[in-house]
Formats: sequence, structure tokens, C-alpha cells
Amino acid sequence: MIFLTRRVGFSASHYYWNEAWPAEKNEQVFGRCANRNGHGHNYTLEVTVAGEPDPVTGFVVDLKWLKDVIESEVLAAYDHRHLNLEAPEFKNAIPTTENIAIAAWQRLEPAINSGGPGAAGGAMLSRIRVYETPDIFAEFRGEA
Amino acid sequence: MKAYLGRRYLVSASHRLHTDELSAEENRAAYGKCNNPHGHGHNYVVEVLVGGKVDAATGMVVDLVALDRTVRERILNRFDHANLNLDPLFRDRVPTTENFSKAIFSLLGDALPQVELDHVRVEETENNFFECSARG
Repeated sequence: MIFLTRRVGFSASHYYWNEAWPAEKNEQVFGRCANRNGHGHNYTLEVTVAGEPDPVTGFVVDLKWLKDVIESEVLAAYDHRHLNLEAPEFKNAIPTTENIAIAAWQRLEPAINSGGPGAAGGAMLSRIRVYETPDIFAEFRGEA
Repeated sequence: MKAYLGRRYLVSASHRLHTDELSAEENRAAYGKCNNPHGHGHNYVVEVLVGGKVDAATGMVVDLVALDRTVRERILNRFDHANLNLDPLFRDRVPTTENFSKAIFSLLGDALPQVELDHVRVEETENNFFECSARG
């Protein structure tokens, strides 16, 4: 089994706010992240796909195809966007780094697991990692 | 759903690789420059990855402030700007980065009750790093 990772960047704004809580509790739990004017990050998204290399092309998946899938499924929705206001999955969920990793998985899994051109097929999404800053990241491996 | 949160910390520390189990020549052969008598230092990067259920109310696996406090109290206050060889943990153990990562893993292991410590990765330089994992 080979694990192949593609890394891309996107820039987005967000804030943390739980509508079920009073303002004081939001400010206490989320601190500066609760500022309703939002703030932004240069995120780094790592998409790891696991599979066997195709006997002819030697690819687990075609990297150009993977890049296009990430662009159409994730970057088109997140890059230079306000996640709370523009990404439907964060209408009712807080766009924490953990939830962004889970949402990116859900956006990518159908396309990646259905396979692309020039590869043996059977490659599966294995891991999503989202860096909010170089020192903070979240990971999702598809676990319940 | 289960997710993981990773956090990277900086620890600047000195060490010398030397064991009394070996002769001076054998130490020199095993450790090279790392055996120089007065030690040397690194800017270690300590990466801590914890896993757990994403809390429905906060969207988080772990309270980052609490994680930072635990790592600061257990690891940074102990090892940052210190000589690893003088720490009791390394009295009978060479402070290689392998052993350093194991020491950090065990010091944090029981200090994070709400989550599971998935791995500790210690980068000694940009070109070498070591991981101690819950998977053994």
C-alpha cells in the first residue's frame, strides 16, 4: 500500500460562535475567535490517498486529476471565502479546524473513491490534514 | 466523529550522546560529533497529536488552552533551555531524540484525560525526526 499526499493552500475567514450559548459564554470559551467580524488564516490542506500503483502508469492516482478534484470540491467553496457565511456545512456547525477537516473529507471522498483516469482504481481517501497555522492542525481519518 | 488535533511546540535544549556502557573510543565511534564532551544544542520541535470525539457544542477535540497548559507544565518548563543529560529521566539513558520522544510521550500520557495521545513527534533538526506512537 502506498500513501500519496497532495498539499494545497487556501485562505479563508471564520469565527467561532455557538448560537445556543449567550454571548458571554461564547466569548469565554472561544476568546478572540468569537469576534463576530471574523478573522482569517492561510490554511494548508493535505489530502492523503492510499492504494496500489497502477502496473502501467505507476500511479496510485493521477496527481493532476487529484489536484483538479481538490480545486473543484474544496477550494472553489473555501478559498477566499468566509466559511461561516459562504460554506453551507458551516451554517450550523462551527468552522473549527477539526470540522473543516471532516467537511473536506466529506466533500472529497465520493470523487476520490470513485477513481480517476490513468490509475488502477481502488485508491481510497485515507487522511485529511488541515493546518490552520504552521503549529496547529487537525486530522480526520474517516473514523466514526 | 473522531478527529485529531496536532500542536507543535519549540524546545531549545542541549545534550551530549554518551554512555558509560561504552569506552571513550566506542562512544566516539557510535556518536561522532554528538559525543563532544561539552554537549551541543538543538531547536527541537515537539509535535503532539491527540485524538477524540469532536465536541458538538464547541466543534473541538480538545481545549487548546488546556492542552497548551499541560504541555507547558509537563514538558516546556522542564526541558526548554535545559541540559537534557542533567534531567533525572536521562541519568541512566542516553538523551537521543528517540529516548526524548519516548520520555515526552510517557510524561503526557496520563496528563490528558479527555483525549487519547496518538503520537509525539520530535524533530531534532529539519532533516530528522522521531515518532513515539500509541500504536506501539
